[in-house]
Amino acid sequence: MTALLETRGLTAFYGDFQALFGVDIRVEASETIAIIGANGAGKTTLMRAISGVLKSAADTITCRGEAIGALTAPDILSRGVAMVPEGRRLFPSLTVEENLLVGAYGKRRGVWTLDSVYTLFPILKERRNNPATALSGGQQQMVAIGRALMANPDVLLCDEISLGLAPVVVRDIYAAFPRIRASGASIVIVEQDIGQALKVASRVYCMMEGRITLSGRPDELSRENIHTAYFGAVRHEPH
Amino acid sequence: MSLIDTIVQGVLLGGLYALFAAGLSLVFGIMRLVNLAHGDLIVLAAFLLLVLVSTLGLNPFLAALLVAPVMFALGYALQEVLFNRTLGKDVLPPLLVTFGLSIVIQNGLLEGFSADSRRISTGALETASMAAGPVTIGLMPLLALLSAVAVIVGLNLLIYRTALGRAFRATSDDAVTAGLMGIHPRKIFAMATGLAMVVVTIAALYLGTRANFDPTAGPARLIYAFEAVIIGGLGSLWGTLAGGIILGVAQTLGAAINPEWQILSGHLAFLAVLLVKPRGLFPRAVD
Ligand SMILES: Nc1ncnc2c1ncn2[C@@H]1O[C@H](COP(=O)(O)OP(=O)(O)OP(=O)(O)O)[C@@H](O)[C@H]1O
Ligand SMILES: [Mg+2]
Repeated sequence: MTALLETRGLTAFYGDFQALFGVDIRVEASETIAIIGANGAGKTTLMRAISGVLKSAADTITCRGEAIGALTAPDILSRGVAMVPEGRRLFPSLTVEENLLVGAYGKRRGVWTLDSVYTLFPILKERRNNPATALSGGQQQMVAIGRALMANPDVLLCDEISLGLAPVVVRDIYAAFPRIRASGASIVIVEQDIGQALKVASRVYCMMEGRITLSGRPDELSRENIHTAYFGAVRHEPH
Repeated sequence: MSLIDTIVQGVLLGGLYALFAAGLSLVFGIMRLVNLAHGDLIVLAAFLLLVLVSTLGLNPFLAALLVAPVMFALGYALQEVLFNRTLGKDVLPPLLVTFGLSIVIQNGLLEGFSADSRRISTGALETASMAAGPVTIGLMPLLALLSAVAVIVGLNLLIYRTALGRAFRATSDDAVTAGLMGIHPRKIFAMATGLAMVVVTIAALYLGTRANFDPTAGPARLIYAFEAVIIGGLGSLWGTLAGGIILGVAQTLGAAINPEWQILSGHLAFLAVLLVKPRGLFPRAVD
């Protein structure tokens, strides 16, 4: 069976520095997976490789069996893979609504429109004509998620959406995920915060130093396993 | 010549300078590319118009309609095959490549058309004018100013009201993230340069019908365009129009005092504005 999205032996380099060493992950249709790992583990690099920001060898990334590793970011988006990038990366000279509309530039049809994004995050409708960067961090994250949804993705890659946000705000944003899942999209959540990730994901990959060190269903994995995979050695207390 | 007439002539001349500058401003705003061949591309378009008008006997305005798509295609292709390769962190490659292109265009035109100075004839329109009290307004200079306003209104509508315009602004903000939205930044840049060449065609129409031009006329047009953009403030097309008008008025005032001072007084006005407002008069103003 071909997966919706799959990487096989994926490597990535920044100049001479190798950031990924043969990463294998699989994303099936309509599932939510989490990728966890400490700072510098290579999570963002993996997201950039999949989304086409970094070029890879063609057949190390496949989408429904098609080799997409060597495609550009817009061509990968047109295959249905959209990204909420780390740090949100909203367009500062565009309003909230214009940011959302840019997300629809690829003209992929589906349930996500301005109206349905505003229903998902009602506060954005109130702030629609504000410059995107005039919003609070949590609201900006909602814009970033809404903007990616506007492409009606089959796979939504979310890179550290909880970064720098208060726990209540993070909870509010995660509260939207069941409705995103209900639209049929698969979701890939990248987090350092293990707790949040394990709650929503049906499968988890743990990364360390550019490799997948552990994978499985959250209920199969013991805390100790995860911590070994996460830090490279057993820790007694997580934080 | 009365003072008021001098100022009116300066404002009209400013319309022409704004047309020189609008394309430069558009391209710089979207991709931070300074095209040193901009003036030469205006002169190239003027020669294309001249060929159509003098050999086929076409009306210059009709000729401009035919030349505009050709120039659009040329701009699109130049961006795709040449300029896109020079864009990056380093500002030097685009300057070197467009400087080289400037020389190539000038020499190509010298080969093809000799160094003689030419003019595009508009027949009766050339001398048509209307008198308003002490002021005489030439029809062609008035059309140039109105065209400049129309071009700026049109570009602003495009930039602020259309999906393509949103893509322009998003790409200008952050080309990598724009790529994640399905935008091909290189195609966006090519569209922008193509559009700039349509504006260049309109500028060429009024340049070529107003006065004589020759293959080496480009660099001076580039300087005026630069000065208009900088006076107005980067990122504002209305500022560019204001910059063109300030430059035009400064030149006609200088020329009224002493004809030799025309060019110099324009440059002095430019320096004066830079001294008082280093970022121009309307930097990133709301258009
Ligand atoms: N642009 C870059 N140039 C050079 N090295 C980089 C670059 N970006 C990341 N790296 C290196 O690649 C490795 C993986 O970085 P990456 O950003 O993928 O980690 P991450 O798991 O996303 O970390 P974090 O949780 O802090 O976001 C790190 O060692 C990092 O220093
Ligand atoms: Mg990261």
